[in-house]
Amino acid sequence: MSDTNDNKATPDKPDQLSAAGTGPEAAAPATVTEAPAAAPAETQEAPRQNQIVKEIVGGSAMISLLAVVLALVFGGILIALTDPVVQQTATYFFARPGDMIGAIADAVGGAYAALFRGSVFNYLRADDFAAAIRPLTATLANATPLIAAGLGVALAFRVGLFNIGGRGQILIAAAAAGYVGAYVPLPPVIHLIVALVVGLIGGAIWGGIVGLLKARTGAHEVIVTIMLNYIAFYLISFLLRTPGALQAPGQSNPRSAPMLETAQFPKIAGDAYDLNLGFILVIVATIYVWYLLNRSAMGFQFRAVGENPHAARVAGINVKATYVKVMVIAGALVGLAGVQQALGNFTGGIAAGLDAGIGFDAITVALLGRSKPVGVFFAGILFGALKAGAVTMQAAEGIPVDIVLVVQSFIVLFIAAPPLVRSIFRLPTPDPNFHWRKPKLDRKAEVAK
Amino acid sequence: MIDVKTTPVPAGGSAPATIAVRSWKAPIGFSAFVVIAAVLFIGLGRDGVTNFRLSTNSDLIQLPEIPLPALATGIVATAAMATITVYAFLRAREAKKIPLWVTTLFAVIFLTAFLTWAAAGATLPMIGLLAGALTVSTPLIFGSLGGVISERVGVVNIAIEGQLLSGAFVAALVASITGNPFAGLAGAMLAGALVSTILASFSIKYFVDQIIVGVVLNVLVIGLTSFLFSTLMSGNSAAFNAPARFERIAIPLLSEIPILGPILFRQSIIVYLMYIAVVAVWFALFKTRWGLRLRAVGEHPTAADTVGIKVRATRFWNVLLAGAIVGGGGAFFSLAAVGSFQKEMTNGAGFIALAAVIFGRWDPIRATLAALLFGFATNLQSTLSIVGSPVPSEFMLMLPYIVTIFAVAGLVGYSRPPAATGKPYITS
Repeated sequence: MSDTNDNKATPDKPDQLSAAGTGPEAAAPATVTEAPAAAPAETQEAPRQNQIVKEIVGGSAMISLLAVVLALVFGGILIALTDPVVQQTATYFFARPGDMIGAIADAVGGAYAALFRGSVFNYLRADDFAAAIRPLTATLANATPLIAAGLGVALAFRVGLFNIGGRGQILIAAAAAGYVGAYVPLPPVIHLIVALVVGLIGGAIWGGIVGLLKARTGAHEVIVTIMLNYIAFYLISFLLRTPGALQAPGQSNPRSAPMLETAQFPKIAGDAYDLNLGFILVIVATIYVWYLLNRSAMGFQFRAVGENPHAARVAGINVKATYVKVMVIAGALVGLAGVQQALGNFTGGIAAGLDAGIGFDAITVALLGRSKPVGVFFAGILFGALKAGAVTMQAAEGIPVDIVLVVQSFIVLFIAAPPLVRSIFRLPTPDPNFHWRKPKLDRKAEVAK
Repeated sequence: MIDVKTTPVPAGGSAPATIAVRSWKAPIGFSAFVVIAAVLFIGLGRDGVTNFRLSTNSDLIQLPEIPLPALATGIVATAAMATITVYAFLRAREAKKIPLWVTTLFAVIFLTAFLTWAAAGATLPMIGLLAGALTVSTPLIFGSLGGVISERVGVVNIAIEGQLLSGAFVAALVASITGNPFAGLAGAMLAGALVSTILASFSIKYFVDQIIVGVVLNVLVIGLTSFLFSTLMSGNSAAFNAPARFERIAIPLLSEIPILGPILFRQSIIVYLMYIAVVAVWFALFKTRWGLRLRAVGEHPTAADTVGIKVRATRFWNVLLAGAIVGGGGAFFSLAAVGSFQKEMTNGAGFIALAAVIFGRWDPIRATLAALLFGFATNLQSTLSIVGSPVPSEFMLMLPYIVTIFAVAGLVGYSRPPAATGKPYITS
């Protein structure tokens, strides 16, 4: 929304009229036509949205850790407040305060113990190592789509774009992969590859629309992605109840036929565990995004546009093309999460609810991971653990799984507001000139030469 | 048509005094609709007669049903639309604007033909359709009014959905405990303002990106309300989730006006409050000192600061006010529409409201009209699915979102947000 202001809207016009002329003259903002020579010398300051990128990427790991701790504390408070035993003991708090404190400890301790049992190691079954370690594999299985979608959001974020459209990209990719997986019989290995590629293309197209609209018309990507989420949802709902499209033949439920054996992601840790090929794919995707951002020319352009699109344009980078490129790749990465859902987790047939909130979770994963590939990987595992553990928490302690949403939102709020976390923990404000290693900007300047 | 499109926009460079801008958007858009009409209403024409019922059984003055044969209506309407399109092309060639009434006429003809076609062979209760549309639009209108105020003062409000949902939750809770729906409404406004407080303090005090805060707030509210619903309400719904409802009140005399009466004046009190809110927000924004200051802060905070307006305070309190308005709209869900709170019951209404804000170009009246259009599309979908229509309901539901994408892409009209919206005001 903030983008269609005068500074950014006007340079769009000359580019559209003379599509061939993408030189500095054509791209120079129309507002400085009185003194075009001065334009390259003093570059416009980066828009606010791009300064956010710098803050998020440059934030310290300490803040992330403290944000997680704070969020868990808030979650604990919520659990304690709604616990019936705590409420009961609170009525005679002044007579026997120990009762209430004990009840709070029971409620919160029990909840987080169940969270640990459900996500890392089930110590109640320590005698059987295979069973005790199963929660950890469930965590990794839950983390798989989160990491993939988180990478997609993080990559777009590094270019200064908010990709809120995870839900739509996941649904379209899952529908595309699911159609091939369920209705197009192919020989073993080939079937899996074709379904995967078709799914990724689906996600890439849905993401690419956003980049294209942003580049051609300056439409704000947040609005476009939110709207595309709903369009995708209704489109998939329609296809799922239309015989001959996605709906399983002879069924009346809005659900597709189960995936054929040949299209399913094979399990990689034996049939007892949920872990499948998708986890290996997200490891590959993480390495790919790391390489793309840190070692490739395209990644350099991405980061340059993310730091300051005006400066990048002056330096000869085609900013509009960059928006399209990054959204295509981001869409494909988020699409990988959709493919994982269709061919790995919901092999019994896809439904309109299969995104399961991953589209939003991906935003939190990307922010917690500081939009860096490795950070996203571990943030995804943390949220995968929260998701896996929440199920056990609900079963064992009766705490609704929705608590995870609350904890996640708190984590993001705290990460997005480092001054708040610093003031809560009374940390000093960091010196902007202090660097553990050589400042990043200098290294970039060397490459630019 | 392609030749027409690439014609240079200014009409020659010789007369700089009167630069005539030829806009071919409207005639081209009209042509697209004529093509759609020709294909749907004539190509895929349906036999049968559609009866438009213009009064309800309880009306004093009974109007006769209007029968329209589907195919004939389609042909006549398409011809009429084609005529208007030709007129629009002529106007555009003379570089004159197309009057609003022509566009309105075009839309009405298209809608009538569409309804006749979609409901061929059935009776359409027009009063129920339009009154229902107004009811469905009510929370959207409250949401878009809050969105307009918030964005006009310079804070992007993606959290409309969260404010509506928190309003719905607190309204149900408070109205159940007190047994008074007005207390529930007040609670809902407080809840919306509370969500706004987080949005305002994070974005104005800590300069956190407003879009991130908005997105997160939506999820935080979904998580909190669902958590509290499961722990508190679902086990004890008689005490906590059985609110006293707002019933429909027919206003004497006014409700007996043919057609308009049953639509506008047989609604619940929240709808009547909505009428007041729309007029009040419009008047306050454009006719009072408060509104002038608000808009100044949203358009050019530095200038506003220079003349002595407290930018941050203005933003903070107006974002709170916006939240209160949206929260009050949220009460509609639990106190008027359903009669209890359900998990995630707003179901994307906040985002449709956001769409209405953008499609209505940050203007309270236009945003209200946009919300009414979106509400009409939603209600039409449910009416048509009862009558049995050839249009899949999903496509009707998709309409607001598609229209919004066209709007932000600049294909329909030109929408420019307040200049400083989304930017924190940082003084060094």
